[in-house]
Amino acid sequence: MNYRAIRAIYLFEMARTWRTLLQSIVSPVVSTSLYFVVFGAAIGSRITEVEGVSYGTFIVPGLVMLSVLTQSIANASFGIYFPKFVGTIYEILSAPVSYIEIVIGYVGAAATKSIILGLIIMATAALFVPLHIHHPLWMLTFLVLTAVTFSLFGFIIGIWADGFEKLQMIPMLIVTPLTFLGGSFYSVNMLPSGWRTVTLLNPVVYLISGFRWSFYEIADVSVGLSLGMTLGFLAICMVLVWWIFRTGYRLKN
Amino acid sequence: MLAPPPIISVSNLSKTYGSGFKALKGINLDIKRGEIFALLGPNGAGKTTLISIICGIANLSEGRVTVGGHDINSDYRAARSLIGLVPQELHTDSFETVWATVSFSRGLFGKPKNPAHIEKVLKDLSLWDKKDSKIITLSGGMKRRVMIAKALSHEPQILFLDEPTAGVDVELRKGMWDVVRGLQASGVTIILTTHYIQEAEEMADRIGVINKGEIILVEDKAGLMQKLGKKQLTLHLQQKIDAIPPALAPYKLHLSDDGRLLTYDYDTKGERTGITSLLSDLRNAGIHISDLDTTQSSLEDIFVSLVRAP
Repeated sequence: MNYRAIRAIYLFEMARTWRTLLQSIVSPVVSTSLYFVVFGAAIGSRITEVEGVSYGTFIVPGLVMLSVLTQSIANASFGIYFPKFVGTIYEILSAPVSYIEIVIGYVGAAATKSIILGLIIMATAALFVPLHIHHPLWMLTFLVLTAVTFSLFGFIIGIWADGFEKLQMIPMLIVTPLTFLGGSFYSVNMLPSGWRTVTLLNPVVYLISGFRWSFYEIADVSVGLSLGMTLGFLAICMVLVWWIFRTGYRLKN
Repeated sequence: MLAPPPIISVSNLSKTYGSGFKALKGINLDIKRGEIFALLGPNGAGKTTLISIICGIANLSEGRVTVGGHDINSDYRAARSLIGLVPQELHTDSFETVWATVSFSRGLFGKPKNPAHIEKVLKDLSLWDKKDSKIITLSGGMKRRVMIAKALSHEPQILFLDEPTAGVDVELRKGMWDVVRGLQASGVTIILTTHYIQEAEEMADRIGVINKGEIILVEDKAGLMQKLGKKQLTLHLQQKIDAIPPALAPYKLHLSDDGRLLTYDYDTKGERTGITSLLSDLRNAGIHISDLDTTQSSLEDIFVSLVRAP
């Protein structure tokens, strides 16, 4: 393993995060705070408890996941797309690094950033609503797994995209709707039974459900299923990345 | 005595792009350790494709390449560790500082930190006072030198310079060549492509010419000049003449349109250049000359005649 290369890529990406602190950390925190003010305080006070917790408290795990998902994809896709766009990718390709090292560097940095972001959002939420985490270790496990999985997914999008439009398309048209419909703001059990079945096709449901369980021990689907689906999606992303590097898809002509 | 093994060995290398375009057709080329090798060729000849394959940026379609004895595919780590690449385009991270980007390159190539080495590289390339500047604030020539500094950051044994002096002013270009000579003196092998043929003529030990994906010539520069070097004698006449006298026909002279210049091509390699007899035959024919000069064909002339040849 070329650990120095991993370190170089990781630190390079993290430096980019600190350089763009306002855009990468502050703005998601501000927008999430707005959700708490609107849904938690203003509307939430009119909504009855959901499965034994107040509505404001109930939406915290979903909101954290919403940010972690979108930010993981945004960070990782931009992180690899930008060198392709400006041409500096030549150096990565000509360096004595394996694709695993490249992925660890880029995806590790993107995931780190969204984990930090998720923790900050939780801390922010604690200012608005009472927050209990029943299973902190499981909470961290789901957080890390989700951040890594969706950073990998973002990495794939970044390699696939050949323009800024494509870079935005998947997150905007697919990921955001899936997250909103994945039970960020409601329990799947609140839906009519027909829609409940449709919702179970949405992979994000399993992430949010498992994550919420680690907070309040309430879940839409079993925890094992949540974990299994998350790991399954992680595996799919890993296979795709492996294929990309094996064939040089959109990296080497 | 056996010749030392080449530092880069390209055998039977072909590259076909997805579009079906054959960029390289069965290239065979050995680069000797420690030499400066100039690769010349018109645009689209395959120079950059060849370099990209050796450095790992493009996949090869057929053939084999070894660098320092290491196969570029099966043993890519060892092969790539030896190489520093300066590509043709100015690809830089605009918002990084010079110091950060050069240090990043060293880390990427797996070398431990060595601020003293980076300092030396930056000083050699006259970038030391810009080390804390963001790259976006630098001029084109400075960016080019930043890219060279990145390539040298990990102490490569081989340096690829793809069109290194495009868009660099004369003074900087000279400074850059001093650096290249210094590198060669320290044992680094240098492969460069250039459009400035006089540069290859001045710098290179050996020259390869590539055209339409094929290596059409590889030769020691001196040998190439000797082999293909033609000299031309131009005679300025005191009085214009209308035609070349029949007695001078064997010399295959060329008369200029105004009838005042006679040119004579001869081979520097020939035992006899024929100049002495030409001059006496001219006098016998009653043609008097006021001046004469000779020119030697440059590498550029040789290059053009090679590439244009059917």
